[in-house]
Amino acid sequence: MSLPVYASPLERVWHYTRLVICALIFLFLIAPILIVIPLSFNAEPYFTFTEKMLAFDPSGYSLRWYDLLLTQPAIPTDVPRDAAWWAQVWNESAWVRAAKNSVIIGFFSTIVATVLGTIAALGLSRPEMPNRRLIMAILISPMIVPIIITATGLFFFYSSPCALISWTGLSQYCGRLTGSYVGVVLAHATLGIPFVIITVTATLIGFDQSLNRAAASLGAPPATTFFKVTMPLILPGVISGALFAFVTSFDEVVVVLFVAAHDQQTIPRQMWNGIREQISPAILSVATILVVISIAMLATLEVLRRRSERMRGVTPH
Amino acid sequence: MTTSDGRPLKSALATAQRRAKRRAFLLVLPLLAFIVITFILPIGQLMHQAIYNDGFSANMPRTTAWFAETPPGTPPDEAAWEALAHDLRDAAAARTVGVVGTRVNYEMSGTRSLFTSTARGAARFEPPYREALIASDPKWDDPVLWGTMRQVSDAYSANFFLAALDMTRDVNGKIVPMPEDRQIYVSLFVKTFLLAGLITFTCFLLGFPIAHLLATLPMKWSNLLMILVLLPFWTSLLVRTTSWMVLLQTQGVVNNSLVALGIIGEDGRIQMIYNQMGTIIAMTHILLPFMILPLYSVMRPIPPSYVRAARSLGATSWTAFRRVYLPQTLPGVGAGSLLVFILAVGYYITPALVGGASGQLISNLIAFHMQNSLNWSLASALAALLLAAVLVLYWIYDRLVGIDNLKLG
Repeated sequence: MSLPVYASPLERVWHYTRLVICALIFLFLIAPILIVIPLSFNAEPYFTFTEKMLAFDPSGYSLRWYDLLLTQPAIPTDVPRDAAWWAQVWNESAWVRAAKNSVIIGFFSTIVATVLGTIAALGLSRPEMPNRRLIMAILISPMIVPIIITATGLFFFYSSPCALISWTGLSQYCGRLTGSYVGVVLAHATLGIPFVIITVTATLIGFDQSLNRAAASLGAPPATTFFKVTMPLILPGVISGALFAFVTSFDEVVVVLFVAAHDQQTIPRQMWNGIREQISPAILSVATILVVISIAMLATLEVLRRRSERMRGVTPH
Repeated sequence: MTTSDGRPLKSALATAQRRAKRRAFLLVLPLLAFIVITFILPIGQLMHQAIYNDGFSANMPRTTAWFAETPPGTPPDEAAWEALAHDLRDAAAARTVGVVGTRVNYEMSGTRSLFTSTARGAARFEPPYREALIASDPKWDDPVLWGTMRQVSDAYSANFFLAALDMTRDVNGKIVPMPEDRQIYVSLFVKTFLLAGLITFTCFLLGFPIAHLLATLPMKWSNLLMILVLLPFWTSLLVRTTSWMVLLQTQGVVNNSLVALGIIGEDGRIQMIYNQMGTIIAMTHILLPFMILPLYSVMRPIPPSYVRAARSLGATSWTAFRRVYLPQTLPGVGAGSLLVFILAVGYYITPALVGGASGQLISNLIAFHMQNSLNWSLASALAALLLAAVLVLYWIYDRLVGIDNLKLG
């Protein structure tokens, strides 16, 4: 914003003070995230800039903490890095395993959350939807209820889920869900659903229902209408909802702490261990990788938002 | 009026509307069922756990039956002593006596070891059982212990809620406050709410200028600066918490910079983390985007001409801001503050990592009882109270703001 011509000297001073204050708040927002990037290249096991780093001496920087990510817990470092070594890293490194778990759990929970969430959002945005407010409140609640309560409840539920279906006689096909991938995926899908609902219903608010009626009047069955008319228009909202759901799962640690076993350790769970026990700069190299991933996600979202605005003819004001 | 096939228009319309309603509901039904199973049911189970604990009744069936047959206050007769001795013997054999002792110990401290040590010799007890048990440990003759056992023999009990509210039952079953030195939960709830309020306020103080700046800049610039708000929003919570640990440690970047600048001495390094201050700083940073985004979405559509009109009518810039601009932003202030407060009240991860001993919130105590003390019923009662508070806030949010208006980026 620019200063009006009629501003008094005092207002001018205040205007620039305000800009400085805002700059400081932006620094508060962004500095903690960016600070981990240079620190992760520290050659020493410290969490602060060494004198060599401040002097931009190359020997003050190293990739040793990134290397540690590959070789923890017990992979030899002083051997030639051939295909066999990389295969060992792929199979045995604790962080690589955590990354694989995070991607697998994130992928499946995103699919569940996005499919169920998108279908429900279609129903919720119809004007005929009964009890819309109450149902919306229930579907958004996993985002509002403190995570520790959700995790505790899931822990009780997953310890004996079979009680629920004992009357069907199918109990023999049912076991504990604690310490299983299915359990973690279902829980993460639940946590991601509110984000899908919010983003997809927001996209559907601007959606012209007469397009669907036009397609139907031209003889398209409901499925064709959905895939040929509705879906392309709401796709940006669906994708950003899916991204939110994925990030929610990718960043979730409390449910994993409560219901997962050692086999389902994810990246945040591994970080939690690292932070609680002996915090080493290896944590900062993971953090750096995660920051880079979130920058990529943010860029994707921004592209999607612009595309959505263009497609729907909404011009930014 | 009738439709072309001869039905009355009114009923044809009603049928069509009913069908449309049903179709809309059927679209939502799969997700609703999913949420009920994976979310509502587990929370129901948690509530049940808060009032149900069969640690005593499941493992001491004979004693439980005797309590059920006799009216409250009955002194133990030989049948009761026999039931107790046999139950202790069986519980020792099934290795469940620890569970029984723990359950009684929740209500009357110092009794767990009484159960475990007596049970060890229970196989050798012979009638008369009263003398045998008292010879094993004279504490068995205590009528208070029998009163407590009668209380816990009922698996359903509100005692865990009482404990979560710093209350207990005396010998006669009357509800009385806990001894002063054991009252911790109510003050922790109060502290959690105060800290959440303080964090909400700092978020408001920091978020308002930023939202105002973003809302008044040209779109091109505000979109660019918005990235600085959204990047923290999208960055992993653990990454942000780690960053604050790195920054605020006594040997960390902030303290080092202050020492290098000569503001504080080498021995004057400030303890900014592993205490309440660490919790407040890190949580303010993490929740700030939740304040800025609703504020921004309310501020953006406010036409700048209103303030200009006020100025042209002679208002000073402060008056124009206070009387014209600020009232229009109130919906955003309400939405942002409520959202930040709701999220702050239930926060767990950040206080657990950077809060030290003084920066712990109620969630951390729930986790402690779940993972360390293993008093799951007390954890559930605390969780149920926290949940009730959050649901009230959520209801207010829905009334004032509307869940539909929740925006993310």
